[in-house]
Amino acid sequence: MRRTLSLLMENEPGALSRVVGLFSQRGYNIETLSVAPTNDESLSRLTLTTIGDDRIIEQITKQLNKLIDVIKVIDLTDGAHIERELMLIKVRAKGEQRNEVKRCVDIFRGTIVDVLPDIYVVQLAGTSSKLDAFIDAMGEAGILEVARTGVAGIARGAKALKI
Amino acid sequence: MSGDEELMSGGEMLARALRDEGVEFIFGYPGGAVLHIYDALFRTNDIPHILVRHEQAATHAADGYTRATGKIPVVLVTSGPGATNAITGIATAYMDSIPMVVLSGQVPSNVIGEDAFQETDMVGVSRPIVKHSFQITDPRDIPATIKKAFYLAGSGRPGPVVVDIPKNKTAPGEQYPYSYPESVSMRSYNPTKRGHGKQIKKAAKLLVSAKRPIIYSGGGVIQGEASDQLIALARKLNFPVTNTLMGLGAYPASDRQFVGMLGMHGFYEANMAMHHSDLVFAVGARFDDRVTNTISKFCPDATIVHVDVDPTSISKTVNADVPIVGAASVVLEELLELVKAEMSSGESSYDSDAIARWWTQIDAWREAHGLWHAPRYNTNSDKIMPQQVVEMLYKVTGGEAYVSSDVGQHQMFAAQYYRFDKPRRWINSGGLGTMGFGLPAAMGAKLAHPDADVVCVTGEGSIQMNIQELSTCTHYNIPVKIININNQALGMVKQWQDMQYGGRHSESTYADSLPDFVKLAEAYGHVGMRVDKPEELEEKMRECFALKDRLVFMDIYVDPEEHVYPMLIAPNGSMRDMYLSKTERS
Repeated sequence: MRRTLSLLMENEPGALSRVVGLFSQRGYNIETLSVAPTNDESLSRLTLTTIGDDRIIEQITKQLNKLIDVIKVIDLTDGAHIERELMLIKVRAKGEQRNEVKRCVDIFRGTIVDVLPDIYVVQLAGTSSKLDAFIDAMGEAGILEVARTGVAGIARGAKALKI
Repeated sequence: MSGDEELMSGGEMLARALRDEGVEFIFGYPGGAVLHIYDALFRTNDIPHILVRHEQAATHAADGYTRATGKIPVVLVTSGPGATNAITGIATAYMDSIPMVVLSGQVPSNVIGEDAFQETDMVGVSRPIVKHSFQITDPRDIPATIKKAFYLAGSGRPGPVVVDIPKNKTAPGEQYPYSYPESVSMRSYNPTKRGHGKQIKKAAKLLVSAKRPIIYSGGGVIQGEASDQLIALARKLNFPVTNTLMGLGAYPASDRQFVGMLGMHGFYEANMAMHHSDLVFAVGARFDDRVTNTISKFCPDATIVHVDVDPTSISKTVNADVPIVGAASVVLEELLELVKAEMSSGESSYDSDAIARWWTQIDAWREAHGLWHAPRYNTNSDKIMPQQVVEMLYKVTGGEAYVSSDVGQHQMFAAQYYRFDKPRRWINSGGLGTMGFGLPAAMGAKLAHPDADVVCVTGEGSIQMNIQELSTCTHYNIPVKIININNQALGMVKQWQDMQYGGRHSESTYADSLPDFVKLAEAYGHVGMRVDKPEELEEKMRECFALKDRLVFMDIYVDPEEHVYPMLIAPNGSMRDMYLSKTERS
């Protein structure tokens, strides 16, 4: 099943490559990946989604924890949590299509952030499946370019991933 | 800056830091990117440096030194080819959890990424085979980084650590205040020592109530200095003990409770006891594929208790019913106390009758096919048998030698027939299976134990992979003994080709192109001996070991047709499925 793991690691050169390397080296998949420094600049937070059964996820979690640069790992999917992904998508919007696309953007609560005579750039945030649904709604023929950030996630409630 | 801090260049700080860390040996090879460091060593340092003849040998020699002592020496290599030559040795250490600190030179930081002369991304290349790595970005960080490197290498599950040092960070021009940290703490690294109390209690109960138990102990018991604790626990419970290839010596081989090595070429009685057990108590072992055979058929009736310092080793291939993360010595000690209390309590579930029946069964297995119970090879051959060579070696050295090996048939014969009674005596590349390991590893062990017999059991294939180290042995007078079990072929490859490829010996023989090893040894200033008659073996071997101060290369021609048995039947076999000879199966 699909899992969302978040981790805190030292914001140091090489740390990210160790995480990514671990996945290819041990034959695990990364579906999405996002990483950026936190409010504490010495720390980076990395969130990734991967697919595997419980045994594989347990191994991945342990292997991540074993990396010297990694300070803490949590599996967000273990409990209630919020996941968001941001997408910028460039779509054809010409003639009658313009209203249709605009309506669709409204339905998905997206924003049009750039306008050309025959193109819209749409910004959309939400769960990955919501973004997938918007892509489906636009249709293969209407899409010029897709840029997705990968999932960021946070647990619900007072529990926080911090050191 | 406090007044008593000395000013030093990066290179001088590095040299001083190694001394302050208590490093006893540097194994290395100079080159452009490390010239500042070598100059600093020349001017300021008194740590012995062993100039090897190939960087791979530097890593193996450091590795052998560590395995024989538990202490961590340093490997120092230059950038580019120096660094990449060290890779095989780093991977060897990584697979066997051997602590090592490798200092690699790097091109100056301002040209990194420009494909400069002798530039390799060492941190990148070594990333999957190190416990951790650093690149020096500021010379002021050198002392603290060296401290961290040793701490990381030696603690928790040990492993190699690479410190990559751009040339300009060691330049003599700039000076910085030096102080060596006394301790180190890292917020992201806190290896577990004590196991979980409840789990240990659970394990103690399972141990005491087991009826067909086996203790399966690995290299972790040796690395973790837990041999005494293992012996105490096994004796208290009267349980059989099997050691992995990496764990030989952790439990004394000549003890009655030792049932031999397990796994691919393990003892019949060890593999049978594993398969039929109701409790496997694994400590410092990792359920390697060379041990388990087909996972789904592994120990079908056994509850698995697994003690390991590395949580990733637990339930990686075989699911542990009771996982305990902790240092072997600490966990075993706690377990022993609980087991003692449990056994002496009124309602103890310890069933000595069941254990006695279990021993009767194990003894029957031993009698049937045990390698030490009766000769399992042809003792009337007019050719020397490889097993006989190792048995003779055991006899001549009184079982007291440090024995390194290379990889292949000779390695398995050495593991089977040299009965290791003490930890750190058996030095071999178990995980990576690195040919060329034996000679440099023996050098490291001999430097650590100059008065002990140090033997490299090798084959004519493996020895040629690092034979240039005969020159290093001449340079520093390192009188190791080389026992070359010469079957004129890549024996283990040939064995598999005999068994699984219709006897087609694809690229596994080279009899006509072998060198005259006697002359070769002599060319390096050593003593060479050739033996090919069984009746000469003992006399020549005694002669060899009588030459205390000389490296002796014994080139022993053996029966080239001999195979290693037992051998687990793969694929799809369990641990009880073994070939016992060319014609028998279990």
